[in-house]
Amino acid sequence: MTSTSAALAGPHEHLRAQDRWRAIEVVFWLATLLPFLVTPNYLSLASQVAITALFALSLDLILGYAGIVSLGHAAFFGFGAYAAGILSKHGWGEPLSGLLFAGIAAGLLGYLMSFIIARFRHLALIMITLGFGLLLLEAANSAGWLTGGADGLQGVRMWPLLGMFRFDLYGFTAYWYSLILLFLLFLVSRRLINSPFGLSLRGIRENSTRMRAIGAESRAHIRKIYTISAAMAGIAGGLLTQTTETVSLGVLDFQRSADILVILVLGGAGRLYGGLIGAIIFLVARDQFSGINPQYWYFPIGVLLVVVVLFLPGGILGGLAQITGSERFQRMVRPLMVWRGKSP
Amino acid sequence: MNQIKTSAPVLSTRGLDKSFGSLVVAKDIEIELPQGVRYALIGPNGAGKTTLINLMTGMLRPDSGQILLGGEDITALDPEARVRRGLIRTFQINSLFPHLTPLEAVTLAVCEREGISRTWWKPVWTYHDALDEAYDILKSLMLAAVCHRQTRELAYGQQRLLEIALALATKPKVLLLDEPAAGVPREESAELFTAITSLSQDITVLFIEHDMNLVFRLASRIIVMVGGRILVEGTPAEISADPRVREVYLGGAAHV
Repeated sequence: MTSTSAALAGPHEHLRAQDRWRAIEVVFWLATLLPFLVTPNYLSLASQVAITALFALSLDLILGYAGIVSLGHAAFFGFGAYAAGILSKHGWGEPLSGLLFAGIAAGLLGYLMSFIIARFRHLALIMITLGFGLLLLEAANSAGWLTGGADGLQGVRMWPLLGMFRFDLYGFTAYWYSLILLFLLFLVSRRLINSPFGLSLRGIRENSTRMRAIGAESRAHIRKIYTISAAMAGIAGGLLTQTTETVSLGVLDFQRSADILVILVLGGAGRLYGGLIGAIIFLVARDQFSGINPQYWYFPIGVLLVVVVLFLPGGILGGLAQITGSERFQRMVRPLMVWRGKSP
Repeated sequence: MNQIKTSAPVLSTRGLDKSFGSLVVAKDIEIELPQGVRYALIGPNGAGKTTLINLMTGMLRPDSGQILLGGEDITALDPEARVRRGLIRTFQINSLFPHLTPLEAVTLAVCEREGISRTWWKPVWTYHDALDEAYDILKSLMLAAVCHRQTRELAYGQQRLLEIALALATKPKVLLLDEPAAGVPREESAELFTAITSLSQDITVLFIEHDMNLVFRLASRIIVMVGGRILVEGTPAEISADPRVREVYLGGAAHV
């Protein structure tokens, strides 16, 4: 019923309605404040979740929206992490400009990479991104004079945020800092995917052959989104450096690229919130399960991943959307929707 | 007819050759399409009809020969550049965006044409002109009622219409339709072709079609291809009277 009434109101109204904030989104973002009140001992974990969510969001932009597969996205995360770390080690510990530096550095690397990326698809892309990730890891490993090599980068000292807020041991500053950045970049992403550019990205994902046949500038679009995504991943990496005041080779590890892919697929790619939900589940599960058995914590994650891919091809969010989109569910909740003026 | 013949051709090919190894798929193809004409391209299976469309749109490179669009040599241009100059095709097998709605898909094509698809800071719905244009195209092809459904949920005939809608959104000068009614029930295909023939007279249309009733009713001129060569070209009356065409189609009753 909603679709017919919207169709009558004109073609823009329907699309505009899709762009509007839903109540559940507001609830979600309010819930991100809960760790301050409910689990103040877990703020460090919470900031890890926020950083990982941002990293996953950056991958969602290329994988979920433009269909560009990557198994080496940690390259940009790690590049940003080292950029922020090295800047701080050499005497500039101001966090915001440091983060900007990390974002620009990773974005620049992404821009250079994008010329190769835009020419390939599918399996070739997986191999290229994988190889590129390994290359960067080895480069960081051998350039010990710059990166500290296997010992990690020592001597990262951050100045207080905005000159006022120290990065405390409990992760209080770390969490609100990460959360605000996640939220801001989420807003940017949300804007982007609802734009004409975002529509073209979905076109590339859905049918790149047809995009050529309607004269689309697909390669330019791919280069652009890849650069944006790389910059965003770099900011996530920079955040990790700044909030933990250390950088290890792990930021560039293949495992990190694989994990972020798992997180996104688990939560649901191409849904903006998928990476966020995935990051929460993944990191909380790791925290809990590794408490029980530090060696085999990946086992339940593996089971969860298999189950999700088998039964919920759209990830957890995709599954939820299917349930909430069903006729039966719609009938159930329609009375509840009246107050929002959603019902015709 | 004379009037049309004297106007400069919008699309023409000169001595187009293409072969895959020893298999010749196009041999010395010479075509001239004047503006506004509805051309049918017919011939038995494997005659090279789709290959010819692929050559003209740049999906395949000819071994030799030239393709001219509005007098400009476009032989060396890639497919996207040809589309931007107004040479558009549709596909024999649906090639759509399954998870986009028809309105989104056609709007996408309009935005790409207008160069707005580069903007990422403004929502799509603020582009009222692009959306209105997309909606009007869908309406003209009887797709307005389903414009907010996902493409994959559309009936097959509607998807064939969306193929054409996408092509129209690029504002074509020349429209190449590769079996637009393939797989559509006969009663619906007549409707589809009525939509095609009622397109603006500014658009030159070349369509591949196997249903001879439709071809002879709707085409103003017909090109017959056999074995990668053009056998004959002429008005429907000339073609139906041509003994060589009869010979080709003798026994090929499945197509008639």
